[in-house]
This record gives sequence, C-alpha cells and structure tokens, in this order.
Amino acid sequence: MKYWRKPLDYEQIEIPHGEVHIIAERCKGCVFCVEYCPKHVLVMSEDFNAKGYHYPQALKQGECVNCNLCEMICPEFAIFSSSLPNGKLGQVAEVNPDEVTLTKGG
Amino acid sequence: MKTDPAGVLTGAHYLDGDYACGEGAMAAGCRFVAGYPITPSTEVVERISRRFPFMGGTFIQMEDELASMAAIVGASWTGTKSMTVTSGPGFSLMMENIGLAAMMEAPCVVVNVQRGGPSTGLPTMVGQQDVMQARWGSHGDYRIIALCPQSPQESFDLVIDAFNLAELYRVPVLFMMDECVGHMTEKVIIPEADQIEIVPRRLTKKDPADYLPYQTNGELIPEFARAGDGYKFHTTGLTHDERGYPVMSAACQKQNVQRLIDKIKLNEEQIIRFEAEAIEGADIVVLSYGITARVARMGIELARKQGIKIGVIRLIVLWPFPENYIRQLAGNIKAFVVPEINAGQMVLEVERCAAGQCRAVSVPHLGGGVHNPEDIAQAIVEAAQ
Amino acid sequence: MNPKREVIGQTSIRSKVHPVPFAPPRGEGPPPVADEHPLAAYLRMDRIPHIWCPTCGIGIAVKCLAEALDVLQLDTNKVAVVSGIGCTGRVAGYMKLDGFHSTHGRAIPFATGLKLGRPELKVVVFSGDGDLSGIGGNHFIHAARRNMDLMVVLVNNFIYGMTGGQNAPTTPVTAKTSTMPFGNFEHPFNLPALAAGCGADYVARWTTLHVRRLTRSFKEALNRRGFRFIEVIAPCSTLYARLNKLGTGYDLMEFYHNNTEIKNGADPQTVDIGFQGKIICGRFVDSERPTYLDMMKQHYTKVLGDKFVPMPEEGGLIWPPGEKPTTPAAKATAEVREPEEVTHG
Repeated sequence: MKYWRKPLDYEQIEIPHGEVHIIAERCKGCVFCVEYCPKHVLVMSEDFNAKGYHYPQALKQGECVNCNLCEMICPEFAIFSSSLPNGKLGQVAEVNPDEVTLTKGG
Repeated sequence: MKTDPAGVLTGAHYLDGDYACGEGAMAAGCRFVAGYPITPSTEVVERISRRFPFMGGTFIQMEDELASMAAIVGASWTGTKSMTVTSGPGFSLMMENIGLAAMMEAPCVVVNVQRGGPSTGLPTMVGQQDVMQARWGSHGDYRIIALCPQSPQESFDLVIDAFNLAELYRVPVLFMMDECVGHMTEKVIIPEADQIEIVPRRLTKKDPADYLPYQTNGELIPEFARAGDGYKFHTTGLTHDERGYPVMSAACQKQNVQRLIDKIKLNEEQIIRFEAEAIEGADIVVLSYGITARVARMGIELARKQGIKIGVIRLIVLWPFPENYIRQLAGNIKAFVVPEINAGQMVLEVERCAAGQCRAVSVPHLGGGVHNPEDIAQAIVEAAQ
Repeated sequence: MNPKREVIGQTSIRSKVHPVPFAPPRGEGPPPVADEHPLAAYLRMDRIPHIWCPTCGIGIAVKCLAEALDVLQLDTNKVAVVSGIGCTGRVAGYMKLDGFHSTHGRAIPFATGLKLGRPELKVVVFSGDGDLSGIGGNHFIHAARRNMDLMVVLVNNFIYGMTGGQNAPTTPVTAKTSTMPFGNFEHPFNLPALAAGCGADYVARWTTLHVRRLTRSFKEALNRRGFRFIEVIAPCSTLYARLNKLGTGYDLMEFYHNNTEIKNGADPQTVDIGFQGKIICGRFVDSERPTYLDMMKQHYTKVLGDKFVPMPEEGGLIWPPGEKPTTPAAKATAEVREPEEVTHG
C-alpha cells in the first residue's frame, strides 16, 4: 500500500495475516476466488487438475490478510484460509509478482 | 408392546366406520395426522382433530392431499406414527408421495374411504374402484400392503393392524375402506389399552458412526433412525445405496428396488389374511371384500337354497393377494365368483391366479350402491351350471 | 461491417479489466490435497465434489448456511434440511445433517410434518425456484400463511436447471429458455412480495456474491421461529447464462456486483427483477407474528386449559417400556409469543 504521507502509527498497526489452502482436485475453475481476492493473492494455474480444470495458486501468499472471502465465495469447498500471527503494517513487503517464485499452493 | 392408554377410549360405543377408524388410529398410537377434507372420509379427521389435543397428537389440515401425504412421510421420520385420510380424488394426488414413502421406507398409514369414480364421480356414494390403484397407483415397482374392513368394529381393529404392519415392514399401508363401511353405524367395542398390542418403531441401537440408513446385513428391513437423534442420515426418493446416497446405476436399482419388493413378497405368508368358510367340497367360491362381502352373504344363502355348494373367501388383506391359495383352490372348484363394486378389478387377479384351471366370474357393479343380492345369487347359479 | 462481437465464455476471463493472472505451468500437476476444509464437519465430504456445474452458485449458498451453523454453534443433531427436486434439491444430500431429498415441490409439506412430528427440530427447507414457487407454490403460500416454523432458503437461478433450461415461474420477461426459445413473455413471480404478502415473518434476498450478508441472514433466520424466507439469486452458467449469452457464472457474479442495490426494509412490492435489470437485495420483512406452534399452544391452552396435552418436544414416538433414553428432554424452544388474535371456533 502506498501513502502520500507515512501515518504516525505506521509501525504499530497490526494487520491480520493468513495462509491460503487450496484443495486443487476439487476446483472447477470458476475463478471467483482469484477475481474477488481483495489482495490479489491468487492466480490461476496453467496446470490442470485431474478433472481438467485450471485451479488457483497462491502467488502472493504473504499478502493474504485472512479475510476468508475466497473460502466464502468458493462453490466447491476447495479453498480456505487460516490465520497466521498478525504482522505489522510496516513489515508487509511490497511484492512484485514477477519477482516472486510460486509458493506451494497446498 | 402395549399401547399408550392416552389414545384408547375403552368401552362399547355406537360409531360409524370413519369414527371407528379414527379411534383405532389413536389407539394404535398415531399422534400425527395431516389431511384434507373429502367426502366420505372427513369424519375420520373430524374425530381425530377433536380428540388429539388431549393426548399430545397434532392434526393439521393441509392445503391439499399432495401436502398431506408429504407431511405424514416427514412426520414418520420423527418416529411419530402418522396417518392421512382421503377418498378417490385425493388418493390419486397422494400417489406421488406414497411412492416416496415406499422408496424411503417410511412407515405410515393412508386411509382411503372409497367412493364411486372416476374423477369426482359419486362423492357421497360407495365404490370399490381403487383397489387396483392401491396396488399399482404410484409409478415404478414397489409393494405395499392394503387392508379392507367390512364393519366399523373391523375398521377399529384393522387400522391398528395397519399401523403394526407399517412398522414391521416399513411400508405405507393403505387402508381401503368404502363409503358404506365408513358411514355405517354399529356397535364398536374398544378394549382396554393393555389388550392392544402395538409394534414400536424399530429404532437402531447402533452408534451414529456405524449406522447406514439402508444397511440390512442380509435381512430385508433396515433399522430406523429418527431425525434429530444425531444420526445425520440422508434419505432420498432417488435410487440409493445402503448409505442412502443416490446412485444412478442399474446395479443399484436392482439391489434397492428388489429389496422393496422382496420385503413384502417373501413375507407374504405373515401378511396375507382372509376368511374362508365351507371351502371343502365347494363347487363355487365367492370371493369378495369390504361391504360387498356382507352383501354377498345373502346372495350366497339364496344360491345355497338351490343346492349349490358354495365356499366363501373374504379378503381382509387385499395386497399382497393370496396367490398360492387361490391357485391351489382353482384346481378343485368350478368357478370363482367375484362380486365387487367396480367393473371387475380383483377378478383379474383371481383369474390370473386361477390360471385357466377354473373360471373367474365377475359380478360388476359400477358404484353408487351395493349389489342386489339376487344378482350375486344369479351369477353363482350361472357359474355352477 | 462486422457486428461487434462480444467475447463470452472462458476466454472472457482474461479480457476483464482485472485480467486473471495465470501462473506458468509447473509441470508437476496440482499440489497434494491440503488440510480439510474448516466446514467439513457440516458437509458430506464423501460426496464432494458435488454435481453442480462450474460457476454455479448453489455451493456458495450451502457454504453460507454451513458457516452460519458453525458460527451459531447450534446443536446440529437437531437441525434437519429438506429439499425438493432439481439442482438445489440436491443440497439435502450434501449437508451433514438429517437430510431429506423429497419429491418435486413437496419439500415444504414434508418439512411441516417433520417439524410438527418433533417440534424441537430446526427445519431448513433448501430448494430451488421451480421447486418451491412452481410445482410447490401452493405449499409455499400456505406455509407462509400459517407462519409455519420453517426456514425456507430458495435458490433462484431464474430457470429449471436440472431438466435443461426450461421456463420457470421466476424467468424474467424476454429471457430465453429452452421452452421459450424466442424469449419469455410470462410475468414472473416477485418472490419476496409473494412471501411477505402471505405472511412470512422474515423475508430477505441476497445474491451469491453477498456472502457475508447472506450468512448473516442465515444466522438471523436460524435464531428465529416462524416462516423465514431467504431468496438467494444464484448464477446458472450452463443454462441461464448460456441460453441468454450472458457469459459464465463469473460474468453473472460481476453483473450482481455492478447491478445490485441494497435496500433493507424496502417494500417487497418494489423488488421485482427484470431481465438483466437491477436486483434489489436486503432484509425486507422482519416481523414477529406468532408462529403456527405458538398459535396452537396458546389457543388450546386458552380453550382447553389443563386438559391440553401438546406434542412432546422430542416427538410423538411411543417408546417401549424402559427404552426411553434417560437423557433430559431438550428444553422447550424460546418462549411462546403472544398471539395477536385468537379466533374461537
């Protein structure tokens, strides 16, 4: 996140961290989770699962704020997030998708 | 086990068949009735709705017969003995969920006080035209049990048996009264509660983790789990496996539907009930049921005066039909005479079982009244020649 | 001149304003199955994946109900779900509750029997628009009239899905269906108005995009009694979207995103849905009319006094001597509401 002026409590604010879990074999490739993830954590994999669907992968796992929206909006019960210890706002790295190696989707 | 005394109105009463049926249901432990008004059956639910609030029963008048039947199947899954009451037009509507009850194996009782049909027909007048519908009315292959009383007393007694059979075999039991029996007022003796034997719901004692709703382990009738007891089971009208899960395959269909048929077919001997008299040495056997059995008495007496040896069979359980008995008997007699208040329905079953060994003579009557006994006598005389 | 061609279907995903990023293939297939889903306890996981098409919204509605059950920590032994027939009719088979997959249109009367046969149960009817408002329309209005203690979730995808896209009582005018190939010309139902007009206690509508609000509505409804009606607008990609060239279910979700308006307390008469028109969502009715069971108990107590014996909360089963479980009977559900008016008959 970019600020025109760094907030005074920038170092103190805690933001939730989460981890996305993907049950790829259940996915039917609807892309709801990828599209509606507010932090754009997910991308669709070019790979197929056994049923022949592309499935999501957590490209920017570290950006997940455990908002649970992917879990709520998945019609297939194929994705959910779990919480990690809260992080400090100031510690969240700006991630450039091109530089990040893929985290394991599962 | 003995029934709950709360529903038993012990004593000698002067009741019509409908009221007696209602009293029988309450004595059998029925505590949920859903119905829709239809002549000539309505008195059953009128009786019940007046008495239920005093014994912990719930009567609800549903919006139609489709709903009534669906509601009693639902209530059956709570372990509450349930019943609905109707006549021909409503019986047609109930067929959908009678099939569901057969498929889900939900015990329940459907009373049909038969009137003249087809369609709206003769609402206030008698018919016996639904006996084949009782057997074949819902689509697909299944077996049900159908009973037929001939008097208010029997209406009381038999409806208790209907509930017991429903519990024993987990089927919908159809109680095929007719308008005459329904509206005929006679003495009805209601015994003490400790004289009334009822069959409790066969609840599973398994742990929920081990329980499968349609697992029979080689038996024919699965154990029952009530909704709300933590078994979290699934049941469906679709062809299903032991888990109650839908499986769309010919193999599962065979396994599932064959058992529905077998549980009645292989237990026929325990279910079939009829009265037989003077069969030994008879040339003619008159087979009838319901009110017609009482009307036929006089026709039989008239014909006996002409020296004809007449045996009498009165079906109490219409379905399953006493196939083997009729088949064996057919070789020893000249003809069956089958009076019934329809254009000839049960006679087809008699003819099938007789299999050409003897004649099966129909004495049809299209409803609106009972037979003239002389017509029955004449049919017997003609059959004897 | 070529007419402007709208790209629909799977390819449209990449043409959106926020294109779906695709990761390069890793060449090793999908990763192994992760830990089980947190709501697995509420679902029959041995039956998942379910039969619903990709981008179908029914799964989302099921998820929201499971979430609501989880948050409320209800005793799920005492919750039953009843479905009719059709795509949504399969819900009863996927939830780890006492699940009843009844006949077409008869979910509500079946559930009525279940509720009256064992009043302590919380009974949820979960079925589709064709099932509940078409073939089961009569049962729907009468259950609402009685204020029967049922929670009715109606997933509305505007079409008969399982049979192949036929016209439904909810199909908007001009929408194409397989039996209205030139567009529907029948007036559709405005379901919230129907339910409210018949006396439903609680009426809400959300789309499958409004997952949190939908879950909240489920929670509210589960905690109440009386006839609670929640309409869930859900995408049907295989039939409704395809026959009407609306893209995929995702495109319909985007449509909901851009064309829904939340108006809590709106007059239900004003919330009808036109073809690709604005969808008004919200909680429209939230009243506390005495329910069917309240009315019955109140009335019989008033008229019959001590002689009235209500159906036991745990059902009317007659136990053989000594077999009745010794566990304390479930305590009676919330206190009985004062009926507005009791007619003596």
